[in-house]
Amino acid sequence: MYGVGILKGLGITLKHFVDTYVDDFKWGIRRYTSDEGFTARQGLETEGLFTVQYPEEKIAVPERFRFVPFLVVNDQDHATEPDADWCTSCGICAKVCPPQCIWIIRSTDPDTGRPVPQPKDFFIDIDICMNCGFCAEFCPFDAIKMDHDYELSDYDRTSTHIYNHAKLAKPLSYWQMIAPSRAEQERLSREADEAAKAARKRK
Amino acid sequence: MADPTPAIHNPDYPIPEELRNNIAITTLDRIYNWSRAKSVWPMLFGLACCAIEMIATAAARYDPSRFGMEVMRPSPRQCDLMIVSGTVTKKMVPQIVRLYNQMAEPRYVLAMGACASGGGPFKEGYNVVDGIDKFLPVDVYVPGCPPTPQALLHGFITLHEKIESQSITTVPWYRKGESEAIPVPILGPDLIDLRQASLINYMSTQTPEPPQPAAAAEEPVAG
Amino acid sequence: MTDTTSETVHSATDLLFEKFGDAIQADDREGYEGVIVSSDQLVDVAQSIRDDLGYNLLTNLSYVDYLADDFFEVVYHAYRVPAGGPPLTFRARTPRNEAILPSLTGVWPSADFQEREAWDLMGIRFAGHPNLKRILTWEGFEGHPMRKDWREPFYEEDNKPFKTRWPGGEVDRAEMRVPYGMNVQYPAGFTVDGYSPEGDAALYAGLAVPESASGIGVQQIKTDQLVVNLGPQHPSTHGVFRMTVTLDGETITRLEPVMGYLHRNHEQIGERNTYLMNMPYTDRLDYISSMANNMAYAITVEKMLGQEVPYRAELLRVLMVELTRIVNHYWAIGFLLNDLGAFFTPSLYAILERELVLDLFEATTGSRMMCNYMRFGGVAYDLPPYIGGPAVKPGDRARELDTLQFLNDLVFERLPRSLDELDRLLTTNEVIITRCKGVGVLPADVAIAYGATGPVLRASGVPYDLRRADPYSIYNDLDFDVAVRYNGDTYDRYLIRMDEVRQSLRILQQVVPMLKETAGEDYWAGKRPYNVRVPVGEHYGHHENPKGELGFHIVSDGTANPYRYHIRAPSFINITPLEEMCRGSKIADAIIILGSIDIVLGELDR
Repeated sequence: MYGVGILKGLGITLKHFVDTYVDDFKWGIRRYTSDEGFTARQGLETEGLFTVQYPEEKIAVPERFRFVPFLVVNDQDHATEPDADWCTSCGICAKVCPPQCIWIIRSTDPDTGRPVPQPKDFFIDIDICMNCGFCAEFCPFDAIKMDHDYELSDYDRTSTHIYNHAKLAKPLSYWQMIAPSRAEQERLSREADEAAKAARKRK
Repeated sequence: MADPTPAIHNPDYPIPEELRNNIAITTLDRIYNWSRAKSVWPMLFGLACCAIEMIATAAARYDPSRFGMEVMRPSPRQCDLMIVSGTVTKKMVPQIVRLYNQMAEPRYVLAMGACASGGGPFKEGYNVVDGIDKFLPVDVYVPGCPPTPQALLHGFITLHEKIESQSITTVPWYRKGESEAIPVPILGPDLIDLRQASLINYMSTQTPEPPQPAAAAEEPVAG
Repeated sequence: MTDTTSETVHSATDLLFEKFGDAIQADDREGYEGVIVSSDQLVDVAQSIRDDLGYNLLTNLSYVDYLADDFFEVVYHAYRVPAGGPPLTFRARTPRNEAILPSLTGVWPSADFQEREAWDLMGIRFAGHPNLKRILTWEGFEGHPMRKDWREPFYEEDNKPFKTRWPGGEVDRAEMRVPYGMNVQYPAGFTVDGYSPEGDAALYAGLAVPESASGIGVQQIKTDQLVVNLGPQHPSTHGVFRMTVTLDGETITRLEPVMGYLHRNHEQIGERNTYLMNMPYTDRLDYISSMANNMAYAITVEKMLGQEVPYRAELLRVLMVELTRIVNHYWAIGFLLNDLGAFFTPSLYAILERELVLDLFEATTGSRMMCNYMRFGGVAYDLPPYIGGPAVKPGDRARELDTLQFLNDLVFERLPRSLDELDRLLTTNEVIITRCKGVGVLPADVAIAYGATGPVLRASGVPYDLRRADPYSIYNDLDFDVAVRYNGDTYDRYLIRMDEVRQSLRILQQVVPMLKETAGEDYWAGKRPYNVRVPVGEHYGHHENPKGELGFHIVSDGTANPYRYHIRAPSFINITPLEEMCRGSKIADAIIILGSIDIVLGELDR
């Protein structure tokens, strides 16, 4: 009979409409206030409306999330070298960057003129960066990481969108906060490397 | 209870607590901007990858109707906001400028993503415009490649803040006279920005040099 | 690949040697395959390849500039459809200073747009081509940019990485270097005064309909045909696509797709890049199915490298690619309905399911859309233990969903259920049936002639799927059917996508348990270098993308950068029969026919 298909379809739409309220009744206010409610709303059981009420609530991004890169430096309360760069200005990130948006000036010793493993300055043009994550992936020193801060909108780009070293440097504790398990994993593998190195030296 | 509409209240005039929900004292600017900011209609106009994230933003999960922005109009005459969502190519830019000229004032431009802001990863390409701000006045830049829907929503909020900071006495669209249209670029041997015509004519009298490799600042040292 | 299949190619070329003798030459360069055909006999040889040898689908036409040897080479790849097997490669050469070759549009109409592209970007003329205009740039553009001696305005160096970046990397914006402050350059002596652009004059001249003979009747009624431009800014052209349509009343008499509005120079940038750098650029080809693009590129380069891939990496790849296929087909169906006028409700349901899959992509790879997941020899990351992340920002809400549980629920419950729902919502809807059935019919032989692949070809009754026709990865071990529908109309192109989602779910239901079994195994073999060097040679690698066959034709000269990086984009070729499908339909049908082809501009214009 003509029209049955349309009615069946409209039934689906109605079901979606009703489902929102069914879930609201089931969960009550906890659907919007509790973390379990949020997980259920943003997981596979979700039916009906599943809006994230940005900016009041935001989906926490996963640890591997990648936005514009940043440079890891020591924490301010580091015992021996506060704020010291992890970057050795080896240039691998600049070489592997697909759109070539990284510029590095390597430091030189003022007396000898020899290069020093430390960047004098470091630039990333975030209007070119494609957030591919290669720099972080291939950095042998865990010194460049992908940031999780995506709220970067502003009114001007010429003065603000080339990030220099001062703007890129963020302490290790920040990385440990946004990606705890990855930071821990990297720490363990660094320690293992150092132990292996020390063992080789002893021989 | 939190102030339901903080944007329109004028903080200079304290209202007694018991009247807070019944009375609002405001200025003309505030109510003008409040009403404008809460109904910014974007243009239904996608260019590239970012357009997909724009559509994802317009869908149920991020729901821009919470900001009064769900009405996307394909006609520039009915829009307040042009979201330049993606790579602007030389072949496309005449149409974009024409669309912008057809929009009624007040109009805003939001450059979404690295490509629209500054060319992005495709900047070096021969058919790519290195940023829509070479042609249009951009109000908000949203970095990212592509910006996630939440980043785009943050861009919308940034735009609202800009709208709310404007004053009815100084905005250009109530001044006398017509606002000047941006000349539509033409596609010649390469893209021709008519505002640059005299520079192009001057440069062509000089002997043009083919692009040369940029000189390395210093020989790379192994190590 | 088995020996028997490559034998068929060899026996085929033997037949050609027999028949054409001196006109055919074996390509004895190291790492190359196929035959070189002398240009004056090219059409005859092509005819014979199609009719005698049965290679009936010309899939790819690539062009290479051998600057040092002073010739252009056009490389053709043809398939046997639906029998399958590897492609037959044949090539023709032409001197650089006077580049002209006979057009193959008479033999394979699928050569139409590809020859125009070769003319546009490389400056090779094709004698006998009916409409040899620029396709990706515009009429009047100066030069042919894919030539090795052409330099773009923001030119820095021939190859990446650029030397200015390190160790003395004073930051500069490219626009500071060039005289105009913009990404433009003009020929010597060019002045703006008095310059009149060619514009669309050639396009409209081509569409002009001769004054029709006087009508039969008592009165001569003056009728006129109307040229209508749809796009590039149009809500239903899926991006910045433009169709110039000639209408007689409401009926389409001519239609010409105009493209290039998103031509982002993937190929030229790709030749500056190193092999690895191209991986994130492939994400931006078909930006709805970036995982599948990664896969196509990875298997092409791996074939050249002779690199093996660990089993778990293959499983992860298949998992991601099939999820991508589902996402893409959901998206395509949702937006086909959009084009039909069901504004946004079906799309919203499709996007809901897509968001769930994207959560997995984001947790695994770090990005929702631009996954950049695959590497030569494996994948970049294993599955994460949890989907979700720690709450950091004010307002952040943390989620912790067990990944394997999530995958299990997704492919065994959620997606099958939502697909059934979509089926009930749309398939029997009378309006959809009326609008779609019998609209935009593409018969099987026409589809093959025009080089259509993917769902467009399979909806026309040709069971041709590269996952079965020329198997790669672990598809041979997986149990699934090649979906096929027989009417070739818009409704079948809708149904075939539903069928393919079901088959993809079948694959996923086999893959997910295997992922559990192989947990902890190696997912990336080898040393993970960032500067891969590919042996000298040439390879055409292909993959069944959700939209059709995505191919990469890569020529390596042994350096760190590909010498030639050509992309055979499914949307670009699938759009070739658009005029054929639309002619005689109403203007409103053109929109849904376009929607049912499912194009994406990122790869159509590249």
